[in-house]
Amino acid sequence: MRTLIFRTAVPYLASLMILFSIFVLLRGHNEPGGGFIGGLIAASAFAIYGIANGVAPVRRAMHFHPMSIAAAGLLISSISGLVSVFAGVPFMTGLWGSIYILGEKIKISSILFFDIGVYLVVVGAIASIALALEERERE
Amino acid sequence: MAGSSEAEIDLTPAMNLEPVPLLDWLIIMPVAWCIVIGTFLLMMRKNTAQQHLVAIPAMAVQVLITAGLLSQIIINGPTTMVMGRWLPPFGIAFTVDILGAVLAFTAAVVALACTIYGIKDVNHSGRRYGFYSFLFLLMAGVSGAFLTGDIFNLYVWFEVLLIASFGLLILGSEKGQLDGATKYAFLNLVATTLFLIATAYLYGIFGTLNMADIALKIAQSDGTLPLNTVAGLFVLAFVMKAAAFPVNFWLPASYHTPRVVVSALFAGLLTKVGVYAILRVYTMLFSLQREALEPTVNIDALSFAVAIVACLTMLLGAIGALAQTNVRRLLGFLVVSGIGMMLIGVAIGTREAIGGTIFYAVHSILVMTALYIAAGMAAKLCGGAEDMTKIRGIYQKNTLLAAITLMLFLAVAGLPPFSGFWPKLMLVKASIELIIPWWAPFSILLTGFLTTIAVARVWALSYWKPEDDAEDMAETEKGNGALGVSDFVPLIALTIIVVAVGLFPQSVFELAYQSAEQLINPVAYIESVFGSEVVE
Repeated sequence: MRTLIFRTAVPYLASLMILFSIFVLLRGHNEPGGGFIGGLIAASAFAIYGIANGVAPVRRAMHFHPMSIAAAGLLISSISGLVSVFAGVPFMTGLWGSIYILGEKIKISSILFFDIGVYLVVVGAIASIALALEERERE
Repeated sequence: MAGSSEAEIDLTPAMNLEPVPLLDWLIIMPVAWCIVIGTFLLMMRKNTAQQHLVAIPAMAVQVLITAGLLSQIIINGPTTMVMGRWLPPFGIAFTVDILGAVLAFTAAVVALACTIYGIKDVNHSGRRYGFYSFLFLLMAGVSGAFLTGDIFNLYVWFEVLLIASFGLLILGSEKGQLDGATKYAFLNLVATTLFLIATAYLYGIFGTLNMADIALKIAQSDGTLPLNTVAGLFVLAFVMKAAAFPVNFWLPASYHTPRVVVSALFAGLLTKVGVYAILRVYTMLFSLQREALEPTVNIDALSFAVAIVACLTMLLGAIGALAQTNVRRLLGFLVVSGIGMMLIGVAIGTREAIGGTIFYAVHSILVMTALYIAAGMAAKLCGGAEDMTKIRGIYQKNTLLAAITLMLFLAVAGLPPFSGFWPKLMLVKASIELIIPWWAPFSILLTGFLTTIAVARVWALSYWKPEDDAEDMAETEKGNGALGVSDFVPLIALTIIVVAVGLFPQSVFELAYQSAEQLINPVAYIESVFGSEVVE
């Protein structure tokens, strides 16, 4: 698969896919999308990058080990459930707030952080599996 | 997330608007805490030298959390927290009664012992592959299963603990481990699928998954619903998880392959989750319908089948133990035998019998874990040998270990004054009192006898009998050096608990009876979910 065309196209393709995955993640709040599907898109971006350039550059590009990314995601998700203790409501109750960025009102909720956690879990877990499989193939 | 078309719907009628007391958070904390610590350990899994410094205090905190939960439940009765503020039965409820709290507490104690024992037993590569994070995720699954009040959520926690247990089982990636893990994984996946199918049927019948809601609807049912089929499916699935005859073969085939600490943890916890699920679903939910239909002391067909399975399981376990020479395999059969003992109480179904089952479950969690740890230490003394014929003269080498093991052996055989005696007494008494064939109490007693022979054989051969040829002292010295404080502390602590429960069984008796009462007549359980006006 290491053709010149593929290798040249993949960095643009992968960065577009990751951008799109973040869009899908944030869109998922009120419309179809969300952390799980966003995470899958991002993981496939890493996978095709690995197919084109080998696994080592992907691992370098990800900086953290994929399993650590997944663990961090699970940690963010559980903490987003735990913060409702301060509001006197049960575990996993959605809490809402809003911030203003450039005069635009943006709603922020604990659900959003839960979803980001899901995104990271999926990215980490799937990328970890995909990279391990690609590594084996090369041996 | 830009909410352009957000319709303003008033959700307050569907929500619980009362503020939640801070103490109610104890219900969810055992699970949330384990997940948080487990993920944290996963992130620092490269720092193998520091992991236990986080894991041991964290597991101690888990023991404190569950102890606090238990004392809360004893004082206030069953308590419920519905996630996300939704009203039951729509929100996922965590409902804790004494049974769940007692088991969660015992599990945490055992897990703490295993965390400490793991310091020496799990090497750096095992830690790198995530021993401690799997341990915490397993505990999240186990605690979640004990505390949840929603039957589909129970399924989810089963999956969580199953996946964590796969990871623990193949921690060394040896050939035997993969072989054991394949059998374990296959049969457990079949059981989980059956559980899911049964849950789907139940949902199809009642349209609800909340256990308290199901209990209410079963109590009001008119006897035309196919409840026995569903109950049978549930029992089959859970019996597989609990490793009862004839679906027990995965347990002796897999429990001797992983690291000792993993076997110890599994033997203590996993099968008991299956027994707990039977108690929760079969005894609490489906007995309501049986009582409504035929309020006699006669035992119904399904319970009769469970009784037969129970007797065969305990006898097969004891006979299997007699036939083994590998000590860890032998212990695996003793776990199976104990499952039979617990199931006979479920089959009888009276307050006394259920109490006996719960007491036995607590005893079995403590004793089986301690026994696996003791067997692992004996193997360390003899250079890693696990065969009875290769382990020799433990009494000579380390008298303390031999003495502790003898106590544990007597406890698992059910001899007084150790913890195994009292639940057995309760079960025999209950089975004689109820109209149940003579073979039930007979097989309990016969199992006790056979188990005594099986463990006495190990002790006489491997512990008591001195080494034939005068082996050089250097090796003995080396073997003794292999045992450290982190080996003895958990073993001695668990043994002290076992002896204390045997000598002062009164408080455990009371807890077991109270939880049996709550299971057989779950009014308080239902009230804690729906409020007192629903139950007439």
